[in-house]
Amino acid sequence: MLQSDIKTVQINEKKGLLLLYQMLLIRRFEEKAAEQYSKAKIRGFLHLYIGEEAVAVGVIQALNDDDNVLATYREHGHALARGIDADVIMAEMYGKLEGCSRGRGGSMHLFDISKNFFGGNAIVCGHLPIAVGMALASKKQKKTNITCCFFGEGAAAEGEFHEALNLAALWKVPVLFVCENNLYAMGTALKYSHAMTDIEKKGTTYGIESAAVDGMDLRAVIEAANKAVKKVRSEEKPYLLVCNTYRFRAHSMFDAELYREKTEVDEWKKRDPIPQYQQFLLQKGWISESEIELMEQKIEHKIQMAVDFAEAGTWEPLEQLTKFIYSEK
Amino acid sequence: MENPVMNTTLTYREALKQGIREALQNDKDVFLMGEDVGRYGGAFAVSKGLLQEFGEERIMDVPLSESGFVGAGIGAALAGMKPIVEVMTVNFSLLAMDQIVNNAATLQHMSGGQLHVPLVIRMGCGISKQLGAQHSHSWEPFYAHIPGLVVLSAGTHEDARGMLRLALLSPDPVVLFEYTGMLNLEKEVAVDSDILDISKAKVLKKGKDITIITYGIGVYKCLDAAAELATVGIDAEVIDLRVLRPLDEFTFLASVAKTHRAIIVEDAWRSVSVSSEVSARIMEKTFYDLDAPVLRLCGIEVPIPYPAHLEEAAVPQIQDIVNAVKKMIHHD
Repeated sequence: MLQSDIKTVQINEKKGLLLLYQMLLIRRFEEKAAEQYSKAKIRGFLHLYIGEEAVAVGVIQALNDDDNVLATYREHGHALARGIDADVIMAEMYGKLEGCSRGRGGSMHLFDISKNFFGGNAIVCGHLPIAVGMALASKKQKKTNITCCFFGEGAAAEGEFHEALNLAALWKVPVLFVCENNLYAMGTALKYSHAMTDIEKKGTTYGIESAAVDGMDLRAVIEAANKAVKKVRSEEKPYLLVCNTYRFRAHSMFDAELYREKTEVDEWKKRDPIPQYQQFLLQKGWISESEIELMEQKIEHKIQMAVDFAEAGTWEPLEQLTKFIYSEK
Repeated sequence: MENPVMNTTLTYREALKQGIREALQNDKDVFLMGEDVGRYGGAFAVSKGLLQEFGEERIMDVPLSESGFVGAGIGAALAGMKPIVEVMTVNFSLLAMDQIVNNAATLQHMSGGQLHVPLVIRMGCGISKQLGAQHSHSWEPFYAHIPGLVVLSAGTHEDARGMLRLALLSPDPVVLFEYTGMLNLEKEVAVDSDILDISKAKVLKKGKDITIITYGIGVYKCLDAAAELATVGIDAEVIDLRVLRPLDEFTFLASVAKTHRAIIVEDAWRSVSVSSEVSARIMEKTFYDLDAPVLRLCGIEVPIPYPAHLEEAAVPQIQDIVNAVKKMIHHD
C-alpha cells in the first residue's frame, strides 16, 4: 500500500487526471527538449526537471491565478504547470521571437506576466529577495494574492536566503518559499554544502512555520502545499515548504555526473512520482491503462506541435538588438 | 512684468530631504526603505523627522541586508509600488550589486520587455571627512557601465532637491548618487526651481576658452576653479554631466566644438572611469575640433588613505584644476 493512500484525498477525479496530464506533459516535454538539444536546436544551458515533476505540479495547483510565481533556471516544469503553453516555451528555448520572452531569455529565463510567472531566474537565490518584495507590495496594497518562490537546496547556502527569510518573517509578508531539495547543488551533495542538512530547520530559526514533505509523492505534496498556501493566505505570513526530491537527469547537458553512483539514481527511480501517482489513479478507478495510453498520445501530439511551432518561429531582426534595455517612452 | 525669483539658502542635506518629502507627499505608492532611515533619522540625518511625519508603512527601517532589501525593492517595484531604497553609501552597495546588475538592470531585457523596474536606489558617495579606505569610494563608473540602469549624480543643490522626483517618474531603475562630503554645504537656490531634465547634462557656466566637464563632488570645485581662472582672463565653460548613463554626449561635444579644448575632472579612479568614456567620445566624434589633447584629472589609484593631507592629495582639488587649465591654455 502506498504511503499516500492513508492521506486525505484533496482532489476530485477531474483535477486528479489534470495533474497526471501535467506531470506527463512535463516529463515528455523535457525528453523532447533533450532531444532537440542534441540536435543543436536548443543551445546554452538546459536543466531538466525529470524526476521532480510532483513538486511543481503539486504546489502550483494550490495557487490562484493572481498569485505570483518565481522559479529557478530549472523551470520548464513550473512554467508548464502554471499554464504557459508548451508552444511558446519551446519557441523560447529555440530563441525565437514567438517565445514567451521573445527569445531573449532562453531556457533559463521563461517569463509570462499574463500568468504572473516571473522567471526563470538563473542567479542562485537572487529571486528570493524579489519574491519577498512582491509579497511586501501585496501587503502594502492590501491585495489578497500571495507570492510563491521555488528554489533548490543549494540556494539555502547563499546569504540572500537568510536575508530573504529574515525580511519575510520580520515584515510578515505572504510568501511561500518552496525548497526543492534534490540533494545536489550541481555536483555538490547536500552533506558537503550544509552543516545542518534539514533545510526546514533553517526556516524555523527565523520564526517561519516550516515543513518537509516527500517530493516524489504528488499527493503528499498536494496536501502539504494546500495547507501551506492556506496558512500564508489567511495568516499573511511566510511559510517554508521543503520538498525532498531527486533529479533523475544530469544537472545540465554538460554534466558527466561524476559525483554520484548510478545505483543511487536507480534507487530513486523506483520512487518515480509518475508511476506512483498513476497507480493511485488506477486503483481509484479514475483512469484505465488504455486511457493513460491515450493521454500519452495526446501529449506526444502536443509536444510535436510545440516543436513545429518553434521550428516555424522567426528570428528577432538585428535592428532590435538593443530593444528592452530602457522602456520606450 | 517679470516674476521675481525667490531665493532661499539651504544645505545639501536639506535639499535632499525636501526632495524625499515632496516625493512621499505626491504619490502614495512611494515609500522609503533603508538602514536607519526611520528611528535613527538617517545615517546622515537626511530623513530625520520623516518617520514621524509619514509613519512606519512609508519610512521603513531595514536590517543590514543590502542584497535582501534592494531585491525586495525590485520585487515591490515589479508589483506596482515605487520604492526609494537607500543604500547608506556606495561602499555597501557592492553587497547588493547582484540585485542591481543581474536583476534590476536585466529583467526587462530577458523577459522580452514584459517587466519594468521603476525603482530608485539612493546612495551616498565620495570622500567625506577622513573616513578611510572602505567609506570613501567614488564608484559612479561601476554603475555607469551597466546597460539598463539610469545613473544620476546630484552635484548641485538643485539636483539634490529635484532629481529624486524625476527619478521616480522613470519606468526603469535609477541609481542616484548623493555626496556625503557636501551635506553641510549651504547654497542659495530658487524656491521654485525650473523643471529639471534628467536626460541632459547642464552647462553651469558659459565660456569660450576651454570646456571643463565634471560631475558630482567635482561640480562646485570646477565652478570655483573657473571663477579663479576668470581673474586671469581665462573664460572656462563648466559642464555638469548629471546623467552618467545614458550619457548626454551632445552637450559636451557641442561645447568642445566651440572651445576646442577639454578637461575632465572626477574623483573616481582614473582607469576605466567616466572620464575615460567622455574622453573617448570626444576623440571619436569631435577630434578635428580639438586644439590640444583632452586632459583628465582623476582620483589617484590608491585606496583612500585616512590622514587628511593624503586624502586631499588623492583627488583633484581646485588648485589642481586651475593649474591644469592654465598649463593647457598657455602651453607652459
